[in-house]
Amino acid sequence: MSKPSVIEQLTKGIRKENPVFVLLLGLCPVLGVTSTAINGLGMGLATTFVLIMSNVVISLIKGLIPAKVRIPSFIVVIASFVTVVDLLMAGYLPSLHEQLGLFIPLIVVNCIVLGRAEAFASRNQLLPSLIDGVSMGVGFTYALVLLGGIRELLGSYSIFGLKIIPGDGLLVFVLAPGAFLALGFIIAFFEWRKSTASHVKNPA
Amino acid sequence: MAAPKSSFLNLILALGSVTLLSAFSLGYVYEWTLEPIATAKREKQLRAINAVVEFDNDPLAESFEVVKGQHQYRHRKRKGQAQAEESDPDALVFYPAKKQDTLTSYAIKSYSDQGYSGRIEIMVGFEMDGRIREVQVLSHRETPGLGSKITNADFLSQFVGQYPELFDLRVTKDGGEVDGISGATISSRAVGEAIKTAYDNFKGIDNE
Repeated sequence: MSKPSVIEQLTKGIRKENPVFVLLLGLCPVLGVTSTAINGLGMGLATTFVLIMSNVVISLIKGLIPAKVRIPSFIVVIASFVTVVDLLMAGYLPSLHEQLGLFIPLIVVNCIVLGRAEAFASRNQLLPSLIDGVSMGVGFTYALVLLGGIRELLGSYSIFGLKIIPGDGLLVFVLAPGAFLALGFIIAFFEWRKSTASHVKNPA
Repeated sequence: MAAPKSSFLNLILALGSVTLLSAFSLGYVYEWTLEPIATAKREKQLRAINAVVEFDNDPLAESFEVVKGQHQYRHRKRKGQAQAEESDPDALVFYPAKKQDTLTSYAIKSYSDQGYSGRIEIMVGFEMDGRIREVQVLSHRETPGLGSKITNADFLSQFVGQYPELFDLRVTKDGGEVDGISGATISSRAVGEAIKTAYDNFKGIDNE
């Protein structure tokens, strides 16, 4: 098996191993904050920062950590970066911080972060771990913006806060059930496209 | 590169140094962001006050709290920049607005616990004769798309210029004059109630 190229490593988070649409990890913030595209973007970028930083630090210290305290050490590293994001956002982006509220501290328990730390960063060198963090973060952000955009478009007829169609929109997409509905349809769409694509490549 | 053995000493050393390092770096970031966070909070309050009254003094420094229902008020401790958070969550906060050292109006942070899902906080500005200058919703947890419309200008503008003595702050459904939002009577009622609370306490201040 050949080693995956850098490009492949960078793009795997968007399509092949998209944390939300394919791996289905970290769905709690995904469903919770994506009522608008802006919220999705903010949450995605915050998570990306944590992913990259924790991947980098964990790949650096992995040789110094005995196996038995591996997970606790990773969690401490992740929690520290989450707190850093929380403080920085409160200071410099107060309005976004207010919108995302509780979900920022909850990045700690977002399984995508610990998942990448354990499955990737603790087994790879600095550079691949950095790339993995960027890739996963971009994929996560893309998923959140897509879902937030669709919910905002249907729920309030606007996108990134700009009104597109006059009127009130379909309330259900702003509320929690709309998150499940929209995510379900998006995943179904991607799976359908994947299945038709593979049919073309190797006809059965 | 083999990881160190999981001996008792190694476990303590590894976890100890990881937590120690992260504690130090967090302490550093905390110190660093202390000032911006305080400034952001202060600016947010000033923006809310600015939306309902005009002033050239520092209403934050001169603000005081009034405990709901009791017409006695106490001055808040002045701690300069960091006093953005009030001490008693159930008290109303009065921000005197002055122009050339003359008291022209009051901005009052009031609230109602009768919202559809919890507390609704508002900032309302009163002229000295009791006329409502402007109303802003500061925070709420109402249903998005329904109760959240209490933040819309077309709902809040009906209060502007009214005298609460003459304008019944109950919704029309309850026999008042507030034109409630369809599908969100409870939220509309709560906003009216919060304004009424502010006004009742504002009158109490005046009489002293």
